[in-house]
Amino acid sequence: MARIDLIDLGHAYRPNPATPGDYALQPMTKTWDDGGAYALLGPSGCGKTTLLNIISGLVKPSHGRVLFDGKDVTTLPTEARNIAQVFQFPVIYDTMTVYDNLAFPLRNRGWKEREARVRVEQVAAMLELSGDLKHRASGLSVDAKQKISLGRGLVRPDVAAVLFDEPLTVIDPHLKWLLRRKLKEIHHELKLSLIYVTHDQVEALTFADQVVVMTQGEVVQTGSAQALFEEPAHTFVGYFIGNPGMNLLPCTVRDGAAWIGGHALALSGAAKAALAGAAGNVTLGVRPEFVECVADAGTGADTVPATVLLVRNMGTHFLAEFRLGEQRVAAKLRTIDAAAGSTVHLRFPQQRTLYYVNDHRVA
Amino acid sequence: MKTYNNRAWFLILPVLLCVAFSAILPLMTVVNYSVQDILSPTQSVFVGTEWFKTVMRDADLHGALGRQLVFSLAVLIVQIPLGILIALCMPAGGWRASLALVLIALPLLIPWNVVGTIWQIFGRGDIGLMGYTLNSLGMNYNYNGNSFDAWMTVLVMDIWHWTPLVALLCYAGLRAIPDAYYQAARIDGASRFAVFRFIQLPKMRNVLMIAVLLRFMDSFMIYTEPFVLTGGGPGNATTFLSQYLTQKAVGQFDLGPAAAFSLIYFLIILLFCFVLYTWMQRVGTGDAT
Repeated sequence: MARIDLIDLGHAYRPNPATPGDYALQPMTKTWDDGGAYALLGPSGCGKTTLLNIISGLVKPSHGRVLFDGKDVTTLPTEARNIAQVFQFPVIYDTMTVYDNLAFPLRNRGWKEREARVRVEQVAAMLELSGDLKHRASGLSVDAKQKISLGRGLVRPDVAAVLFDEPLTVIDPHLKWLLRRKLKEIHHELKLSLIYVTHDQVEALTFADQVVVMTQGEVVQTGSAQALFEEPAHTFVGYFIGNPGMNLLPCTVRDGAAWIGGHALALSGAAKAALAGAAGNVTLGVRPEFVECVADAGTGADTVPATVLLVRNMGTHFLAEFRLGEQRVAAKLRTIDAAAGSTVHLRFPQQRTLYYVNDHRVA
Repeated sequence: MKTYNNRAWFLILPVLLCVAFSAILPLMTVVNYSVQDILSPTQSVFVGTEWFKTVMRDADLHGALGRQLVFSLAVLIVQIPLGILIALCMPAGGWRASLALVLIALPLLIPWNVVGTIWQIFGRGDIGLMGYTLNSLGMNYNYNGNSFDAWMTVLVMDIWHWTPLVALLCYAGLRAIPDAYYQAARIDGASRFAVFRFIQLPKMRNVLMIAVLLRFMDSFMIYTEPFVLTGGGPGNATTFLSQYLTQKAVGQFDLGPAAAFSLIYFLIILLFCFVLYTWMQRVGTGDAT
């Protein structure tokens, strides 16, 4: 186990990148703590797998350095790095038994057979593979094969980190849930550092202590599930996390207020200060969970009038959609008694309303 | 109640006709010959299994069969590992791969009799590059006079001609292995040999099976090249089964024994292929136990 530092790490597949668009991975500096359970979350093609492959050494970065416990491993090949990785699709050695598959990484590193057996049996028990150890791996179901792949990733106790590249894609939903819980248990038991790549927010939020959100080759926020939900640092995080995602409303700042579609929302003191000198596109962000629908405008400082477009009863709550000027606002409401087409007032609580300048949060 | 429409059988009529004219009728002709002594086009006598008994006791046939088995075995032992080795050494992509493919495929494009002619000239002691060189090095090389030299020349010629097929098949098998396997092997710290033993070889199983079967059948039926190169000589040192058969059927016009032997030959090939196929299937899936 080790702390992993990425220093000014960037990657471009073509030489001499000039603009950010030339990078598959924007230059970044980042630390992954020893023993942490991280999820790397982002849409397909955002550079998650590239970042993972750079850490494991399958891809050599064009810029920057990778340190394991302060030791520069940038130029070291994968096999010299002491790292484990599990891939999206099961990779098994067809001609070997399940036991030999699991023991393979240990044998390659010169473990004694007796010690290897103890470890393999321990890992097999965790993954509920004990009964299959003597069977040939090629005849098993895809679920079992992927469990073998996971097992090979977990079998070495001394790795710097175990990297998972969407390992549960091929697993059916129920088993997926069980395995994810299993991985979490294993993390507590073995105290391995885990980095888990996924494009599924539920998977990321339930698995990891720290979620790293990436888009377009850039890490936009690292934080706990709560931080990502309550204080998205980037409009992408707001939009990507949550269902539905954050309401993101372009607005203009004038006279100490944010103006949306001709209506003013008073800014808090902190927001006023942060937005005072801001140049660029200002966006207001508020989660549907925090939007309130009120009949009475009150002082009008934190409410705006809106038209009800659609109300859906989701069982536990109502999902309502409103038109505010030219824009649409979604809200998750406990109750609503306004019918479609009627005009209501929406309240955006000041402490739950965030402001972004050029997609980055300022207040 | 199920309805049966027997007119559907008419749908397989075209195939039946094709197979009848291309395989069944000729084969039946051979069966017909094998049980008759044909004295003249209008006169023939039914002799039952007489020809089969004669042929089975023929010492020349035993010799040819023995040589054939040794030859086919030697072909497999050399060509399969060599083909795998060549495929492993070939570049994975880019113009180098295209160039390597073309160069390696060249011998396959040459007609059999031309291959024989090429090697006949290549091996000549007076003007052939190989023959002249070997003789200059002090070896008394003469494929027309020395059985061992004739054997070696036929074998090397076949290796030169057909190893590319094995190499191309293996190359295709290798390219079909997903990158993730190599990546996983690097993560697992596998040695180069372990990658070959546990990833590449198992993944090449199917193409190797095709290669072994093709090379076995082709070499078991080899005719043109040794015929052009040595004419089966010196003596009958390089007379393999096909040539023995041709000598009987066309040379001596013994249609009966030739037909009887044709059927035996056919059954031998069928048997070998069946055994090989079953065996390789078992080895591959590990159900041999």
